[in-house]
Amino acid sequence: MEQFLQQVINGISLGSIYALMALGYTMVYGIIKLINFAHGDVYMIGAYVGYFCMTNLRLGFFPSLLISMLVCAILGVAIEKIAYKPLRNATRIAVLITAIGVSLFIEYGTMYIASPNPRSYPRLTGFMAKSYQVGGLTFSAQQILIIIITVVLMILLQLIVKKTRIGKAMRAVSLDRDAAQLMGISVDNTISFTFLLGSALAGAAGILVGIYYNSINPLMGMMPGLRAFVAAVFGGIGIIPGAMIGGYFIGLVEVMVSGYVNSMFRDAVVFAILIVILIVKPSGLLGKETREKV
Amino acid sequence: MKKILACLLICVLTASMLTACSPGSGSDPDEIRIGINYELSGDNATYGQGSVEGIEMAIEEINAAGGIKGKKIKPIKYDNESKPSEAATLANKLVSQDKVVAILGPATTGAFTSQIPVANRNKIPIATGSATGDNLTFATDGSVHPYVFRICFNDSFQGRVMANFAFENLSATKAVIIMDSSSDYGKGLASNFKETFTSLGGTVVAEEAYVAGDTDFNAILTKIKSMDFDAIYIPGYYNEAGLIIRQARTLGIDKPILGADGFDSPDLAKLAGNDALNNVYFTNHYTSINDDPAVLKFIADFEAKYGKKPDAFNALGYDLAKFVADAIERAESLNGEDIKNALEATENFVGITGTLSVDENHNPVKSIFVIELKDGVQHSSIKVNP
Repeated sequence: MEQFLQQVINGISLGSIYALMALGYTMVYGIIKLINFAHGDVYMIGAYVGYFCMTNLRLGFFPSLLISMLVCAILGVAIEKIAYKPLRNATRIAVLITAIGVSLFIEYGTMYIASPNPRSYPRLTGFMAKSYQVGGLTFSAQQILIIIITVVLMILLQLIVKKTRIGKAMRAVSLDRDAAQLMGISVDNTISFTFLLGSALAGAAGILVGIYYNSINPLMGMMPGLRAFVAAVFGGIGIIPGAMIGGYFIGLVEVMVSGYVNSMFRDAVVFAILIVILIVKPSGLLGKETREKV
Repeated sequence: MKKILACLLICVLTASMLTACSPGSGSDPDEIRIGINYELSGDNATYGQGSVEGIEMAIEEINAAGGIKGKKIKPIKYDNESKPSEAATLANKLVSQDKVVAILGPATTGAFTSQIPVANRNKIPIATGSATGDNLTFATDGSVHPYVFRICFNDSFQGRVMANFAFENLSATKAVIIMDSSSDYGKGLASNFKETFTSLGGTVVAEEAYVAGDTDFNAILTKIKSMDFDAIYIPGYYNEAGLIIRQARTLGIDKPILGADGFDSPDLAKLAGNDALNNVYFTNHYTSINDDPAVLKFIADFEAKYGKKPDAFNALGYDLAKFVADAIERAESLNGEDIKNALEATENFVGITGTLSVDENHNPVKSIFVIELKDGVQHSSIKVNP
């Protein structure tokens, strides 16, 4: 039982990261029907910015977190403006391929600038380096930090989407872009804002992974990016609560497969889930079946 | 038709121009070109960089002492980015374009193996200081690759020695293995450790696996934490081993952690943290805890040149360059076959990592060290002879 609970803690920590990333995939898909493959690389940039702030600028964790989110938000908007906006009326496959191109560009660009060698985050000090024992369970301070920051960011996101004017605009654009435009909503600004939010969350995930695992490299976004994508599809792509549930679910599945079945089957199970969902319920857990009107 | 002919003509012309140019750039009668094909970036970068530091220091010493056969050594260095496919491409380039007489490196088994066909086809000897894979020097049909050499022990020896050490010195009877299933190195070590450990009377209570690049080991470690065991064996490289050790110690697992020469990197301590590196043992080629005057001189010279203490890869790189230079000096000519014969005839070559002779399988006969880490630094070592 104790072991099971400990695995649940591990799973939720890992799932938080996937959930933060899955939100970005799902929001962008919801608004422009694009799988933004460069999203995993924005997460990687977040980790590198955090590393730079914490080692070269000697900032603390929280300022570094904010700077990371800010830089990633700007990067996300820049990617949208430069690479996707000119293709707004192109075929979806053209934009998708552009997304893959952007992803490779960021990966190998970072490799060129920061060298392909893995880097290790500085050692944390004070309360952040401790681990706490509660009734036989071990919580490391980083795990607690990841879980709390994720929940806070998710609440903030919900507030923005549900309570603000720009949030209302986002929902309107994702429902019907043309109608929204006719109502006087600036579609371009709304799309940029969606990229801004999603990329800021990915940046937060990046620096959290940096302090949690202590090792970052230019290709670190590839696999977590794919798993977060599976999480988004699982929850129902385009649906924000679906991405959160999907993220936690994929994190728990990975941990439980390693813990109780065999660590070698982990990735196989995650991607088998993707295939099963696409066959059984392509709209995902929370997705409603929609028929294309002809 | 005319167009095709014209195309062909252009192809032939360019091809002949290329071949005509390359020997001119490749041969200078007063120097001996040696290829250096190492992991200078990527996942195994510290192995490659370490080896090359040793190699360059050795070559400088040899050239300062007049070179070999009265000629200076000219090293030609390439970075294979820790990718086997890149290593093979570079080997081809070194042989065909740079006209080297021998190639040193790469440091890891996977990358080294990929250039073996190039060596055999072109009759150019290749030698490595640190690729420990068991079947490295053998072809699939069991015959020895004629142009492949190494100066380090193999994985079955490492796995056996560590199993013995765990059973005898640490009185461990139950062990857990967490192996890197994405490399031949990890799989080879794991199977040899298991075989010896069980034949001694111990049991392996769990076998877990990860792949290179993984960062989350909490699930595996939580699972084994609840088991009854005496030691954890991690056959893998420092990148993941460092993270596993850190996460294990954070979870409160304080049992001995055992490893192999893949642990020997300054990055291990960076990733794991010095406080986590207690009760950690690994097999290695070389240790700086030594009182042999030749080793002390090497350590002093190395520190003077690079401003840091040499690690095993520095020492192996140094030995490798001297070992190949020694053979070239003894060879009848600079022909690949003559150098190969000289390498095969090496006996009692005295290096920093021990005295070695080349056996009929092109493996060295030499001793091994088991090193204990305390607070992240090498604390004591035991020498085990073959």
